[in-house]
Amino acid sequence: MATLYIDNQPHEVTSGHNLLEVCLTLGLDLPYFCWHPAMGSVGACRQCAIKVYKDENDKKGRLVMSCMEPVTNNQRISITDAEAKEFREQIIGWLMTNHPHDCAVCDEGGSCHLQDMTVMTGHTYRKFRYKKRTYKNQNLGPFVNHEMNRCIQCYRCVRFYKDYAGGKDLDVFASKNKVYFGRHEDGTLESEFSGNLAEVCPTGVFTDKTFKQHYTRKWDLTMAPSVCQHCSLGCNTIAGERYGSIRMITNRYHGEVNGYFICDRGRFGYEFVNAPDRVRQPVMYGKTVGRDEILNEIKKLLKESKVIGIGSPRASIQSNFALKELVGKNNFYHGVPENEHDMAELAIQILKEGPVRTPSLKEVENADAVFILGEDLTNSSPMLALAVRQAARVKPMAEAAQAKIPDWHDYATREFVQDKNGPLFSATVHDTKLDDIATEKYYAAPDEIARLGFAVAHRIDPSVPDVNQYSEDLKKLADRIAEGLKKAQRPVIISGLSSESVSVIKAAANVAWALNKTNKNTGLVLSLLECNSLGLAMMGGGKLDGAFNAIFHSHADTAIIMENDLYRNGSTATVDKFLKMCRQVIVLDHTPSPTMSKAHIIIPAGTFAESDGTLVNNEGRAQRFFQVYEATDVIQESWRWLLNMGVNAGNERMSQWKNFEDITKAISEEEPMLKGVETITPPANYRIAGQRIPREPHRYSGRTSMNANINVSEPKPPEDPDSSLSYTMEGYRGLAPSSMIPYFWSPGWNSVQSVNKYQEEVGGHLRGGDSGLRLIEADTNKEPNYFMSVPEVFYPIADRLWIVWTHHIYGSDELSRKSASVAQRVPKPYLLLNPSDAEQLKIAEGQPISFEVEKHLYELPVRINKTMPQGVAAMPYALEGMPATGLPAWGFLKKT
Amino acid sequence: MLSKEEIKEIDKAISIAPYKKAASVEALKAVQQHRKWISDESLQEVASYLEMSAEELDSIATFYNLIFRQPVGKHIILVCDSISCWVMGHDKIKEKLSELLSIDYGQTTADGRFTMLPNPCLGTCDCAPAMMVGNDLYRNLKTEEIEKILNKYS
Amino acid sequence: MEKPLTQHLRPDGKPLSLKEYEQVGGYQALKKVVKMTPQEVQTLVKDSNLKGRGGAGFNTGLKWSFVPMNVPKPKYLIANADEMEPGTFKDRVLLEQTPHQLIEGMIIAAFAIQASEAFVFLRWAYKTAAEEIERAIHEAHEAGYLGKNIAGSGFELEMHLHTGVGRYMCGEETALLNSLEGKRATPRAKPPFPQVSGLFGKPTIVNNVETLCCLPHIVNNGAEWFKKLSLTQDAGTKIYGVSGKVKKPGAWELPMGVTLRELIEEHAGGMQDGLKFRGALPGGASTDFLVEEHLDVKMDFASVAAVGSRLGTGTVVVLDDQTCPVGFVKNLEHFFAQESCGFCTPCREGLPWIEKILESIENGKGREEDIKLLDAHTRLLGPGNTFCALAPGAMEPLQSALKYFRNDFEKHVKEKGCPHSKKSKYQIAN
Ligand SMILES: Cc1cc2nc3c(=O)[nH]c(=O)nc-3n(C[C@H](O)[C@H](O)[C@H](O)COP(=O)(O)O)c2cc1C
Ligand code: SF4
Ligand code: FES
Repeated sequence: MATLYIDNQPHEVTSGHNLLEVCLTLGLDLPYFCWHPAMGSVGACRQCAIKVYKDENDKKGRLVMSCMEPVTNNQRISITDAEAKEFREQIIGWLMTNHPHDCAVCDEGGSCHLQDMTVMTGHTYRKFRYKKRTYKNQNLGPFVNHEMNRCIQCYRCVRFYKDYAGGKDLDVFASKNKVYFGRHEDGTLESEFSGNLAEVCPTGVFTDKTFKQHYTRKWDLTMAPSVCQHCSLGCNTIAGERYGSIRMITNRYHGEVNGYFICDRGRFGYEFVNAPDRVRQPVMYGKTVGRDEILNEIKKLLKESKVIGIGSPRASIQSNFALKELVGKNNFYHGVPENEHDMAELAIQILKEGPVRTPSLKEVENADAVFILGEDLTNSSPMLALAVRQAARVKPMAEAAQAKIPDWHDYATREFVQDKNGPLFSATVHDTKLDDIATEKYYAAPDEIARLGFAVAHRIDPSVPDVNQYSEDLKKLADRIAEGLKKAQRPVIISGLSSESVSVIKAAANVAWALNKTNKNTGLVLSLLECNSLGLAMMGGGKLDGAFNAIFHSHADTAIIMENDLYRNGSTATVDKFLKMCRQVIVLDHTPSPTMSKAHIIIPAGTFAESDGTLVNNEGRAQRFFQVYEATDVIQESWRWLLNMGVNAGNERMSQWKNFEDITKAISEEEPMLKGVETITPPANYRIAGQRIPREPHRYSGRTSMNANINVSEPKPPEDPDSSLSYTMEGYRGLAPSSMIPYFWSPGWNSVQSVNKYQEEVGGHLRGGDSGLRLIEADTNKEPNYFMSVPEVFYPIADRLWIVWTHHIYGSDELSRKSASVAQRVPKPYLLLNPSDAEQLKIAEGQPISFEVEKHLYELPVRINKTMPQGVAAMPYALEGMPATGLPAWGFLKKT
Repeated sequence: MLSKEEIKEIDKAISIAPYKKAASVEALKAVQQHRKWISDESLQEVASYLEMSAEELDSIATFYNLIFRQPVGKHIILVCDSISCWVMGHDKIKEKLSELLSIDYGQTTADGRFTMLPNPCLGTCDCAPAMMVGNDLYRNLKTEEIEKILNKYS
Repeated sequence: MEKPLTQHLRPDGKPLSLKEYEQVGGYQALKKVVKMTPQEVQTLVKDSNLKGRGGAGFNTGLKWSFVPMNVPKPKYLIANADEMEPGTFKDRVLLEQTPHQLIEGMIIAAFAIQASEAFVFLRWAYKTAAEEIERAIHEAHEAGYLGKNIAGSGFELEMHLHTGVGRYMCGEETALLNSLEGKRATPRAKPPFPQVSGLFGKPTIVNNVETLCCLPHIVNNGAEWFKKLSLTQDAGTKIYGVSGKVKKPGAWELPMGVTLRELIEEHAGGMQDGLKFRGALPGGASTDFLVEEHLDVKMDFASVAAVGSRLGTGTVVVLDDQTCPVGFVKNLEHFFAQESCGFCTPCREGLPWIEKILESIENGKGREEDIKLLDAHTRLLGPGNTFCALAPGAMEPLQSALKYFRNDFEKHVKEKGCPHSKKSKYQIAN
């Protein structure tokens, strides 16, 4: 702690920070541009100038950039000093000499950091009377729009894109007042995190291109706190709606999960909600029907038939629970393939019963050694890759700290650290985008990755069995990895389900457990496949095969399939047979799928945007998402449909559950692993000063007239029975509880920079604690129960290829690829081969290869990749029309 | 494709740097020496040799005014436009050059012989006005001499 | 009068070969130094009161003393031979004609901080110097003055020549480091200072060529001798220069502290016939004007500072009474605006604005408020307000012109044009 005198007032502040951070934490309004809490200071924009005084007697002081000065004890500074104020105003004056003043047509208008700072500094009159410079804009692909004339050269874009996220194709060009930020030539931005530019850029240079296509001022959006639906990490998002469609997704700051950023799948994947082929009406036997007809039909079926329910890892725990309740415990099946089901259970077992804690993304960022086994994180869990990228700097940064360079001094630390990285040990099937920072890279078949894990674990704790038949090189590699991990203070081991290998996950657990013996700060991250994989796995339920068998063996005749395309999760033949044998197939979903096309009854479910629900991320953190807008009376949450069905059919228990809260309480009571989930947000009757928390900003416009073409009298705003958020602009304007922040705003701070006001300390936890409830906490003092069976050596076999999945950030996820923007980035199916295998097969890049795997015949063009291990081939995971199961398996080559 | 000599020069620069990228300015210089300017293609080649993206290298290339990212003539004329030469009447020199070559700053003669660029102080202020043609420095310039000087360059 | 730095210049302008340099006592200082401790060398140089000749005038020995001594290799020593400050041409003489003197100085400096690698960062335009230095480095290497086990002492040093590809910013020592690392030549924040985190993140000293050239002589003749060379408290000799409309522009090594008058009237032969002295930049483009009343100021760091300017590089640019001061300053500001690296707001946006204002004043489109705006800019772009010293440097000639030649600015505005219009006809768009 230190005492800091600001304009002669003493304040207690934490040391180690710079003056800007400290002032912002104190809630003072000090303008800035180039500083960013996650990226530190560089001193480029000169906007944050203040005065520093030597002592009480120094009346003149010295102008400094507050972001570049460390706070010291008994320091005296002034924000209100006239010279400092004049200088800050003039900074805007300078920036405006070339800015086009085009707020009226700029997407950033109304939530623009530059606008806010202009007002804050009081710059109102332009003295520059000469010609402005102009730039050419670039086409940067489907996600990000470029309008360089608005640039104020704060360098944040390149600092985020290159330095923070490791992107290579965006940079700053030229010099003097001609500096240009963009690509070397037009073309799609390659970084998986490019969308963050829209939030990082303080003005309208980089904006969300998808938003532009149905643009709305941000103050005209109805917004709700949401959770990303597109992978297992559970990044917090804000979803905004106008006129019944989702317009935009932005980051929702979370101090432990996603921090300030989200990936492009998460940001741009939302358009499936607005897709023209969305299911919007109930259909029964080919005819569009109303709500009551559906409910009555289901009532009849529930009475007359033997009904099973198939749940979904992409549906909320409420929806899965409601389905389970409706059909009965023993008739409820998780809709995931066998392998995935087992792995998810294994993950729970490892995280719950093993001694190692699973860290949050923020904790991964702070790891000082990372070992990745079998995951191409950039594609399977993108934000985890971003966290690992930060972790790779932790150890070198510690050296900078020793040289007394504070961690927020961004360029100085980078100059000191240079290209030092890691340790980051990466064992994957083929090259990944983290390779550029990896200390050691190892490409091998999944079993060999597992073997490396065992070898490493053995070197840390000899009670883990060693691997046999191991080459000297590999032994040395294992030695180096073991040494690197042992030396670390906060090592993190990362693995996950995308390797589809139980052995890999077990090996990862062994490594973490072995480390934990001597280092209780060890972390183990297991990524899963879907946004609620873990939540579903925490609830009882049968395997998908059980569901198939129930029908095949006539134990049941009717299936309710909820938010699940069975063709993803089972072989085509099996699913075909299953659907055919069902007397009635009832599909509850929001998005059409091959399964739905075979349904007798189709019920339109709400997407996340029209729903309340809870998801459990890979960290075991239960998080709630809120309905953004009321949909029609027939589009509603799956769980609400299921409740309606239950009530209608006379299910007594279900009749007692009137709303979200009731069902969530029931889950908490009944599902031991989900105990406490009802506590993660305040109850629906929660009020602050008697008021709800408004989903709409107070500047929301047009409410009285926006539907005047339909009805001139303003409809009554919908009531929200499930939460204390309102659907209007009226309500409490102060800080909402951290789990319920519908948008960030503070007087004078209309841009996302207002997040500062919501944090206990800038860049730190949200006030009142970050949201969500961790459902799994390990007991680090437990003795590990090692996995003892080491996999056998992987031997290639002639005329066969061991085929594994490779994940794609765009394409492997079922929902986001329906987004028009994301769809443009989805690859065509292919088979990835090692060059020597390709040579042996006499196949060149792009030529087709035919093979049979699990009775499925494929003909795919070949892509050659020199990092692929011999005898192994990879196929993109679950592209449209392809299953998400059945691999790894031997593929038998067919002569063409 | 980078030529053998180009690669040799780049490798030499790499050999004294702790990592490849650090040789970027030297590499651009070496390639420009052989090719006169850095085309997009040259940029890509150098970038991939140094294991950088085209963006990263272009960011550097476009920063320095003597790395040419546009085609230039066979000989570069750098006219000093800084203070001592300005005082001593560099404008007349420039006008004479423009008259003889029919080009302005930033332009290349129709026959591709010369490109004329303004350049800050050439460090020979006691002998102003001054200019350089290729590697040759000309000081105490008089407008009358210019034509003779230019004729030396084919 | 002793002229240690330039005593061996030959009339033909060619440098001494290694042999010739050795014959006149070259590399004796080096042999002496390697028998000393680095600490002793640092103390000697500190005691000699040698101040950096790159413009800032910081005590060289003191600057070295911030380099940590017991750290792993490498450390770096860099000769700043970027000399791009308009009006400056003093290092060129040393680079072209005394390369071995520079190299010996660099080895001494490297020894003092125990650097294992050295670079000469030379500007592109100095083609002759490049050849001579390349050759001299090679010769020195062959003779065992560079490489491993220098002069049998166990000290090792490798030396390389790097020639730049333009940009005045490269002369700023931290931007120079970025440039040497193959990056954009934008400056770095200080702290951390290069002495702690410099080239490739390692301890580094950047010294000006002239500074380094002084070292062999200080070692050979002692600190006291060096101090006595000077006429004032700033030690040594200085290479002064004069350009502009004087009779004999040139550069001369003279005792530190000769007066401006002596420089202009004696060494430069006075003003050209028919012209009067109006003012002068005492040390390159980024120094404040001195005017007639300052002609007797001693040209050393402290004395020039005392009259509101800086010694800078010590190369004087003279403004005569027939040359328009507004045009003069506009030329300078054009230079600075163009050479801004583009990193910080005030410099990147402020300087072009200033240039535009000056242009409109010069072309008769100036307004009264423009002069106030210029005043404001000289204040707002002052030291500390911008990221590096480029923009504050750019403000020095402007603020002093507004002070001493304010009438000219006002006249331009009132009379809607340049009173020196005969000249302005030739004004071309730069
Ligand atoms: C914009 C700018 C340009 C500079 N250019 C040069 C230069 O060309 N040569 C030089 O020696 N110093 C130059 N300097 C000063 C250097 O930053 C540095 O102070 C000097 O090289 C240190 O050497 P010294 O201690 O021997 O004077 C420049 C400074 C600035 C701000
Ligand atoms: S593009 Fe945006 S973020 Fe990048 S420097 Fe310009 S204003 Fe800043
Ligand atoms: S470039 Fe240094 S102040 Fe702008």
